[in-house]
Amino acid sequence: MQEFIQTIVNGLQTGCLYALIALGYTMVYGVLKLLNFAHGDVYMVGAYIGYFVIRWFGGPTSLSIPVPLLLLIMFGLAAGGCGLLGVAMERFAYRPLRDAPRIAPLITALGISFVLENTVLLLFGGEPRSYSTERFISFSTGIHFGHVSIDTVQILIVVVSVGMMFGLRELVQRTTLGKSMRAVASDREAAEMLGINVNRTIALTFFIGSAMAGVAGVMSGLAGIQVANTIGFLAGLKAFTAAVVGGIGSIPGAMIGGLFIGLAESFSASYISSQYTDLIVFGILIGTMLIRPQGIFGRPALQKV
Amino acid sequence: MAQIGVDEWVAQSGGRRDQGTGWRKLLASAEDRVGWWPRLALVVFAGLIAGQLINDVNLQNVAFNGLLYAMLALGLNIAVGWAGLLDLGYIAFFGLGAYGFAVLSSSATGSGGNGGTHLPAIESVPVVVVVAGVVGVVIGLIALRLSGDYLAIVTLFVGQAFMEIVNNIDPGTLGGVNGLYSLDSFHSFGHQVTSPLGFYYLALVMTVALAAILHLLDTSRTGRAWRALRDDQLAASAMTIPVNKLKVMAFSFGAMVAALAGTVFAAQQNTVFPTNFTANILILIYACLVLGGVGSIAGAILGGLVVTIGEQLLSSPNDAGYLFYGLILITLVLRVRPWRYLAAVLAGVVAFGFAARGIVGAISSSAVAGGPGSGGWIGSAVKHYVIVPSSPATYGNILYIVLICALILIVRLHGIRRLLTVIPTVYIAACCWESRLIVNPSITTQIMIGAILIVTMAARPQGLLGTRRVELVDQ
Repeated sequence: MQEFIQTIVNGLQTGCLYALIALGYTMVYGVLKLLNFAHGDVYMVGAYIGYFVIRWFGGPTSLSIPVPLLLLIMFGLAAGGCGLLGVAMERFAYRPLRDAPRIAPLITALGISFVLENTVLLLFGGEPRSYSTERFISFSTGIHFGHVSIDTVQILIVVVSVGMMFGLRELVQRTTLGKSMRAVASDREAAEMLGINVNRTIALTFFIGSAMAGVAGVMSGLAGIQVANTIGFLAGLKAFTAAVVGGIGSIPGAMIGGLFIGLAESFSASYISSQYTDLIVFGILIGTMLIRPQGIFGRPALQKV
Repeated sequence: MAQIGVDEWVAQSGGRRDQGTGWRKLLASAEDRVGWWPRLALVVFAGLIAGQLINDVNLQNVAFNGLLYAMLALGLNIAVGWAGLLDLGYIAFFGLGAYGFAVLSSSATGSGGNGGTHLPAIESVPVVVVVAGVVGVVIGLIALRLSGDYLAIVTLFVGQAFMEIVNNIDPGTLGGVNGLYSLDSFHSFGHQVTSPLGFYYLALVMTVALAAILHLLDTSRTGRAWRALRDDQLAASAMTIPVNKLKVMAFSFGAMVAALAGTVFAAQQNTVFPTNFTANILILIYACLVLGGVGSIAGAILGGLVVTIGEQLLSSPNDAGYLFYGLILITLVLRVRPWRYLAAVLAGVVAFGFAARGIVGAISSSAVAGGPGSGGWIGSAVKHYVIVPSSPATYGNILYIVLICALILIVRLHGIRRLLTVIPTVYIAACCWESRLIVNPSITTQIMIGAILIVTMAARPQGLLGTRRVELVDQ
């Protein structure tokens, strides 16, 4: 029973991270109908930004500023840096291809992903780096009952993710920007004719989505994942699966999908085999495609002639 | 020559525009005069002569790799270029072919390096190809449920799943991360292919046969139906084209070609490792296809050869410079017009470099203490031109980021400002190249392959030899 609860806790932690990345996928897909393969690599860049912030302020053992301030700076810089990266990607790689054949931006996205991964490899080398979170946020803090332990980082991840998801939902539902995002998503040309600045809306969508991926990168570094230039590929793939399972283009769908994939992964690692978790996630993806291709929250797509 | 304003003249105007002027016209008319089959014969002739001329074993291996990637690009072209399905699991079929051959022609199924299955190639290759075709059908059937983008991600997972299965399932037979080694060479009817030259000829024969078959396929009913499906699936199905059957066929045919290439690859390498089939290789194959021209047989072959030769040049510090400075020069010559501007830019680049180097050298002599990474005459030519400090790593990293920003700036600027920005950018590129990029040839290769994809899609989506295609994009 205690192992069961611990598995749920771990699953929720990974699930929140996947959900944050999946939100970026789903938002970009919603407004542009574009699969941004490079999104996972934006997450990787975010993880690196967090790592260098820790190094900048004296390294994990001798921090020169209090931990809450450090976290704030990490999240802020990762969100801003990744957001700008996303905007640059959209402006210089995807925008010129907006009316090109469908396959062209996908190939560009593959290229961007490859360039980002190898640029990081060139600049920072291939050895994995660790945040060493336990040196400045003690594992003994947090909630413990019996053998179940929920450490501070896990609480932080869940709180920050849920906060950001609800913030995003409010943004999309209540603000003018959210309204124009929804308008662009449902019909770009009509939105343009109604005086919505489509380019600005798309750029902001990229900014928000990439910023969330950046924050997810920092949090996964805090949670103890080794930061390397290749971590974006699998994380992106799984987050995409989460977006599809939830229904691509749907924001609550991405959240639920992320949590579902996180839990599935955590349970399969605890109870089945840790070697085949990727295959199990893959199986979930195929299963979703076959049974309910529009996902949990998606509506079946109508084909326009 | 008909008079201007006459119907005939108007009717031919499209042809005149397409043919262009000057050398392009000559090239276009030569292309018109030589048919497809004579052109293929010319390629065979060139390939045979190349085989006779190349004596160096390394070069023979490079030539083999070029043909191997040409074959892989040809297979990928079936799904991506003709049927318009973004197949990112293609690499798994390449791996399936290689592992299939390895299991059927080595001691893998035996114990302790003895026994095992040792089928001749004439039996093992067809078996492997057919199995890959069947697996392709299965994945194609799943793919039927998916529209374009979903398909891409599911197939990407197929590649990942292949890696995971090979790494984890039955390490006794498949070797796990250590791979399989000491495979048989290609042997049938008492003959066997062992030398690098032999494998080159084998790959040449296979590539040419494949190109011929694919050309027949392309011009057949099926080929036309694929293109109809690619351009508009709904319209195609309205014309009673069996959309689903054709999609599965495209997948399966591509898978068979990849598996065929995989068998030759495994036999030539004599070993197979899981790392031979990573996403990096997939991107490399995509770069070959995209550079050559999506949808074009000649383009796929050319792309395979060009990318392999480029990769080979990059790996040697003496030759990498030819590729890098050559590319810059060609880009400038093609893009900067008229000629006097080109001359001004080139002179500006040289003058700017020497001025910058002079100023920096006068301020601090340690800032110019390092030598260029290039060897050969290029190295000695740029020795007193580029700024390379004695420990260039951090400096090179900063330059690399500055270079990317400068390139983005160039895209944004126009007219005379763009020309003025080009001058420092080329110099920064040279400094960055000599201090950082050339020192890490493998990473530089990867970055350049990624750049090929991005730049080709933005500047010339039809690649070198493809035909421009207009697609109606529905929102």
